[in-house]
Amino acid sequence: MKKNVALFVVLVLILVSVVPLAGCGSGVTINVFNWGEYMDESLIDEFEKETGIKVNYKTYATNEELLAKMEAGGSSYDVVFPSDYAISEMIKRDMLLELDFNNIPNYKYIDEQFKNTGYDPENKYSVPYFWGTIGILYNTDMVDDPVDSWDILWNPKYKGQILMKKDVRDALGVALKKLGYSMNSTNDNELAEAKEILLEQKPLVNGYYGDEIRDLIANGDAAMGLTYSGDAMDLYWEEFENIAYGVPEEGTNVWYDCMVIPASSKYKKEAEMFINFMLDPDIAFKNSEAVGYASPNTEALKRMKEEYPEVFDLPAYWPDEEILKKSEVYVDLGDYKVKYNEILTQILVN
Amino acid sequence: MQRRGRGRIAYPYTVWMAIFIVIPLFLILFYSFTEGDIHNIKDLKFSLNSYKKVLEPIYLKVIGNSFVLASISTLICLIIGYPVAMIIANTDVKYRNLLLMLFIVPIWMNFLLRTYAWMSLLSPNGLVNRFLLWVGLPKLEIMPGKGAVLLGMVYNFLPFMILPIYTVLSKIDKHVIEAANDLGGNSVITFMRVILPLSIPGIVSGITMVFLPAVSTFVISGLLGGGKTPLIGDLIEQQFLSSRNWHFGSSLSIILMVMILISMAVMSRIDNSPEEEGRKI
Repeated sequence: MKKNVALFVVLVLILVSVVPLAGCGSGVTINVFNWGEYMDESLIDEFEKETGIKVNYKTYATNEELLAKMEAGGSSYDVVFPSDYAISEMIKRDMLLELDFNNIPNYKYIDEQFKNTGYDPENKYSVPYFWGTIGILYNTDMVDDPVDSWDILWNPKYKGQILMKKDVRDALGVALKKLGYSMNSTNDNELAEAKEILLEQKPLVNGYYGDEIRDLIANGDAAMGLTYSGDAMDLYWEEFENIAYGVPEEGTNVWYDCMVIPASSKYKKEAEMFINFMLDPDIAFKNSEAVGYASPNTEALKRMKEEYPEVFDLPAYWPDEEILKKSEVYVDLGDYKVKYNEILTQILVN
Repeated sequence: MQRRGRGRIAYPYTVWMAIFIVIPLFLILFYSFTEGDIHNIKDLKFSLNSYKKVLEPIYLKVIGNSFVLASISTLICLIIGYPVAMIIANTDVKYRNLLLMLFIVPIWMNFLLRTYAWMSLLSPNGLVNRFLLWVGLPKLEIMPGKGAVLLGMVYNFLPFMILPIYTVLSKIDKHVIEAANDLGGNSVITFMRVILPLSIPGIVSGITMVFLPAVSTFVISGLLGGGKTPLIGDLIEQQFLSSRNWHFGSSLSIILMVMILISMAVMSRIDNSPEEEGRKI
């Protein structure tokens, strides 16, 4: 028994002393914090080989989680991938470093339409990574109505077959859009109405989940669910033939995820090298191919058009222009987000 | 071993306690009684608002749900766990460790992984239902729902009930039981009047060890319950990760801690032999 304890202590000591050393091998290690399943991770090896910079890659599930972890401090991230509204909040609160575009020559490949956006009007802090929509992922064997309106999520015919996202902005945004209001509404009455219809919807809802929705739909556990367009693309690449994705005609949320460098970063130059690497046409194409979202990188997009012309007919990859016009980008709600969170809690508890 | 140099051996633990338990506790207490921007100490001022918020009916309902579900799962664990512990304690020493291992090995796997596994077992098209369909039985429709949450809790926390009860039972002097039999007690009376009272310390620590993680759990209800019955743990998680309201999250944590302390105090009253085996587990 005593021997075992001694052995255990020695093991722990070895672990404790070796782990931090492992990072010191070739100098710099940058911490990259990304959404789950949002990068072809073999590209990280390529980057490490090319530059000698080590990458410590971790993932998160929502913008709110990213904000909370950056706010809590303690860990210093060098490259993170927030969406539009989270970027505006980060800029407002001085949480980001201004990028030095001399270190990011590949920025020239970014399509002009993704520059001078509402969330980063002067293109100082962010480099677009992917963009997409929110829509309804459904099983064509289980749904025989056209999926072209948010109303289908309220159709009693599909009682117990509907999955909703647990994300505050997405769950409430869809209800607001169905009612014809803005997904960024800060009007108490409009939100009260949204809450009302979400409570009406609750008996029809099978469950409120995060990233699990994709697998539950793919497995046939539910007929339809709210997902990001990329989830639909994943299943498309995996050749799930009875799974489709619909973007409602009322319009939806269009989001832009970008690469930014948090103010706490200690390796800004290396982080910029990483961003530049991800914008390389070859790399951006490989990444877009693996992750399945549409790239804002003109060269990568050109290659996609050559190699996979068929995906441009899919609403998950290339949504209809008319619908895009009616769609909205989330805007930072400031203090009003407390209200959104309270409403979601009330819906889940009641 | 225990007596020699006791103070010095405990030293690292004391430091550990101070840094990772006592200071964070005070921080939580501090946040729970203040409001304002958490990054600007000057902006923080004393306030009871987050405690007032806990008393809103909707949050009381969440707390109530957590206690009800945790109590039911603790009861189920006790009902299943006690006989199992008895069986193990009465098994030949040769096989005893093997049996114990069977209950402990699942704990070696990550808790989250095990819960995801249950998700794919219980889901409407999951393995369990496919099997039932194949045999010609009706589908089991418990996920997502409270039933699945209970199942997940019982599965995850059962070993914590079995182990302390087993430890106490295996230490009961066999002569005591023989004496009971010699004095004419049949197996029921021996159990009711000898074994059960002697095993109360094990039951008490088993109940505590199951109830505490069960009442504060948060992943199980989200995954197996489909987020439809949020528990107090989910609510606290939401305050820190999504709402970013540290003050409310902290006051919820304090309330949870106070309630746990009260239930532990009640339990230790039931445990009429506080210095016995149960305490040491």
